[in-house]
Amino acid sequence: MKPAAFDYQAPSDLGEVLELLAEGGDDVKLLAGGQSLVPAMNFRLARPSLLIDLNGVPDLSYLHEESGELVIGAMTRQRQVERSPLVEKRLPLVHETMPWIAHQQIRNRGTFGGSLAHADPAAELPSVVLALEGRFHLRSRNGDRWVAADDFFQGLFETARQPDEILVEVAIPFQKPGSGWAFEEMARRAGDFAMVGVGVSFELAAGGAIEKARIGLVSVADKPILAPRAAAMLIGEKPSDALFRAAAATCAQEEIDPTDDLHATIDYRRHLTAVLLRRALERAAARATA
Amino acid sequence: METRYFGRGMRRNEDRRLLTGKALFVDDVQLPGMLHVAFKRSDVAHGYLRGVDVSAARERPGVVAVYTAEDLGEYWQPGPLLLPPPPIPGTVFHPRTQVPLAKGKVRHVGEPIAVIVAESRYIAEDAADDIWPDIDSLPAVIGLEEALLPGTVKVHDDLESNLAASVRQGKGDYAAARQEADLLLERRFYYDHGIAASMENRGVVASWDDRAQQLEIWDTTQAPIAIRNGLAGMLGLAESQVRVVAPFIGGGFGPKIMMFYPEEVLLPWISMRLGKPVKWIEDRAENFVATTHERDQIHWAEIALRRDGKLIGIRDKFIHDAGAYNPYGLTVPINSQCTLLGPYDVPNYDSRFEVVYTNKTLVTPYRGAGRQHGVFVMERLLDLGGRALGIDPVEMRRRNFLQPEDFPHNHGLIYQDFSELVYDSGNYEPALDKAVAMIGWRQFKEEKQPRARAEGKSLGIGLVSYVEGTGIGPYEGARVTVEPTGTVSVATGIGTQGQGHYTVFAQVVAEQLGIDPTKITVVTGDTKVFHWGAGTFASRGAVVAGNACHAAAVKVRGKILKMAADRLEAAEEDLELVGGKVQVRGVPAKSLDLGQLAREANPMRGAVTPGTEPGLEATCYFGPEYGTTASGVHAMVVELDRETFDVKILKYVVVHDCGTVINPLVLEGQIVGGVAQGIGNAFYEKIVYDSEGQLLTGSFADYLLPTAAEVPRIETDHVVTPSPLNPLGIKGAGEAGAIPVGPLFAQAVEDALGVGGPEILEIPLSPHRLWELTAAEEAAEEVR
Repeated sequence: MKPAAFDYQAPSDLGEVLELLAEGGDDVKLLAGGQSLVPAMNFRLARPSLLIDLNGVPDLSYLHEESGELVIGAMTRQRQVERSPLVEKRLPLVHETMPWIAHQQIRNRGTFGGSLAHADPAAELPSVVLALEGRFHLRSRNGDRWVAADDFFQGLFETARQPDEILVEVAIPFQKPGSGWAFEEMARRAGDFAMVGVGVSFELAAGGAIEKARIGLVSVADKPILAPRAAAMLIGEKPSDALFRAAAATCAQEEIDPTDDLHATIDYRRHLTAVLLRRALERAAARATA
Repeated sequence: METRYFGRGMRRNEDRRLLTGKALFVDDVQLPGMLHVAFKRSDVAHGYLRGVDVSAARERPGVVAVYTAEDLGEYWQPGPLLLPPPPIPGTVFHPRTQVPLAKGKVRHVGEPIAVIVAESRYIAEDAADDIWPDIDSLPAVIGLEEALLPGTVKVHDDLESNLAASVRQGKGDYAAARQEADLLLERRFYYDHGIAASMENRGVVASWDDRAQQLEIWDTTQAPIAIRNGLAGMLGLAESQVRVVAPFIGGGFGPKIMMFYPEEVLLPWISMRLGKPVKWIEDRAENFVATTHERDQIHWAEIALRRDGKLIGIRDKFIHDAGAYNPYGLTVPINSQCTLLGPYDVPNYDSRFEVVYTNKTLVTPYRGAGRQHGVFVMERLLDLGGRALGIDPVEMRRRNFLQPEDFPHNHGLIYQDFSELVYDSGNYEPALDKAVAMIGWRQFKEEKQPRARAEGKSLGIGLVSYVEGTGIGPYEGARVTVEPTGTVSVATGIGTQGQGHYTVFAQVVAEQLGIDPTKITVVTGDTKVFHWGAGTFASRGAVVAGNACHAAAVKVRGKILKMAADRLEAAEEDLELVGGKVQVRGVPAKSLDLGQLAREANPMRGAVTPGTEPGLEATCYFGPEYGTTASGVHAMVVELDRETFDVKILKYVVVHDCGTVINPLVLEGQIVGGVAQGIGNAFYEKIVYDSEGQLLTGSFADYLLPTAAEVPRIETDHVVTPSPLNPLGIKGAGEAGAIPVGPLFAQAVEDALGVGGPEILEIPLSPHRLWELTAAEEAAEEVR
């Protein structure tokens, strides 16, 4: 379990990173927290020709509010996000999700941007940022662009990021005060990848009917996905057991495309999706105020 | 005895070194000029090996040597058969043992094909990628039942089939007993494959000193003396030319007593050939395929019961998976066969098993060593029988226990150590009563469970009992020396892998010599220090080596008393050993320091009286007539999520009887660690092969070990029924925690699922599997 030979660069500013990316080609890997990449290299599943270590690059780790959004620097450690009062206040769904990511030791090293750029469909953050309509700030030598979450996640470990680009930061709109939200997950052990995970967020109109519902799903497709049909069933309706059951069942039967693995079959994942989505909606409703 | 060190829950002598990073592990050994070794292993489970092209690997810069089976010449030999079959009439046995490097055929994924020696491990692994074995793939033999079907491809071409062995043992007349039964219940039970997953993987460092003509080996083995003796024979060296050191080892659990691993055979040979020290440290990916596995058995078992729950007989037929080779002979299936009987009076027993070869990593003993399979079958049969008869699990066990007056109890079977299966002593009901009280059985059944059900929660309770044959022969030895400094050194031949030997052996010796156990240094596992003995296995360290330490300490005590009696002009029986001194009882003024006595026992002038030996030192051996039988009861309460089928353990209790207790803290550590491993086996850990013999669970992301979050607080208590087979009255405790967890999980989960739920006839379980079983049961219910 030793990695194959690779070149290593540890630039001290972002400009250098962009130059290396522009010249490096397809086999370049960016090293953030290393919690997925380093094991993959040790198994020789990843054989980058060049590893660019971002840990010495300043100004990529921050959390700040900016015109109704929380902006999180890509190198912000997951543990910092987990413990941030700002995140707890503005993005309580993210706050609730963070402890589900692996173990504390891993969150100490793992980065917010690294998990999103890695785009593992079994990881929690991509689906939750998708549910919260986050935006991704990409930069290359040729300039900057912003990509919506809906467009960012394109497939298994695939994103809209081009080989010469780096994910700089993510901006997520504040959850509205009074909105309902919840994250539910079933994993084999504390800290394991989800067999199924569900993040939900909705708001209540003055009359108590649901509006603006988003449902993000973990580990039920080849990429992080939303459940638009189930969400649509909620809109304009008042929370009820029957509604939540129906929406959860629709989602589990129609909106997911899970695969078999060693720990859960397709049928069990569908079953779990229905159970966990219903539970998440119930908890979200209990938190929501009109 | 003046001061009770024996029996005290003192902290461990070794922990300071372990916790401050000062303990030497094999990978800490760094020698000048040392080279590093990696292996090219088969990624095909079964096939003819037509050739191995190592030319590119040999040319890679930094590579020193590459060897294949052909390069080994005469040194290439299949490993020894460690244990011949026990003398059971009618036994069929076709042993085939592992080879250092594959020749002609590969038989499991991970089998070594070539060995690379390089300047660094990185280069060695790069070179492994350069090697292309030419393999004609054959179908892989994976399923146990399929292995015996006519026409199945053979793992070993020179055998008639994949049958490695068959054995039948029994007692009484089961066929007749069956006629008298009020209830006959037969089921198929499946106990899946698992691994020990020690924290430290294996490793070997070998260094041949051509000037001294000495070979030094550091090895993560549980049996350094047997390794030394075996290697000396293979390499044509005298045993005294070889030193094997088993330093601190991060967990053994059985697989580290497999002999001989290919790496153990090859590293010393390479060092002698190259004249350089060489190191190989197994990585985790290798460990999954190259270190031996355990379990995988299918049982078809029937229980015959009377209406009152009295057990009148068991019939069992099972298939045991040996993997690709079986150097350990029949140890594991014999353990299953014998331990099935448990703490119960079983007048009629008919047990047959067949061992099959498959294209999987070898199966050798792992903590429990097959005992858990037998316990699973028996406990499940009692539960299901009890259910059918309307008798609760506690009562089913109570009605069938052997009684105190039944001991010693001879089952009339042959055990793994070739002696008759005799239980030396036991008293099972007090442990049952304690466990019932600790878990709150009655209150749970009458109040908690119904109340929880009313609130929509599913709670379940379980209780199982078991025995464990421990402390088998042949023998161990120990040398106890009072140093001129007044401290004491103890040396024994067994290896240590975290058990607490440095503490408990010190306590045994301290008890005799009246010296603080923290002033006693224990050395284990270094053949230069002590070279007689067998090794650490079968829960025998404390029993066999512990009693050898005791015998040597008693002898040294005698020497001290004899010398002191002369010098203090007092009768020996008026002397006491206390605080590192020997003194006239109650008269501290009339005392001698033990260090002073040790110096005087080794005089520079004057004559040593004929018949006396210099120094305050003695070496003694202990060999038990047969193994001593420990026992216990485990109970637990679980909460089952009826929608996700996740299981949470709310309470876990263990009441254990391992005879006299040397150190309750160390014992608790052993039991709690065992339960954690048992929980893993029962609910998390599962080795999965696909139909082509590829291991699908090759990392800790897929092979799930329980972590601190999954293991609850475990409450322990003890019953003490001393063993009559050794002077200290002790029984082994190393495997006790791990053995009965599977059936306990099954029983508690079944109870939580409630009436109409599925029967649990397999291990390991998982939320997914429980959901499947329940869904299948519900579908069957609808049909009915």
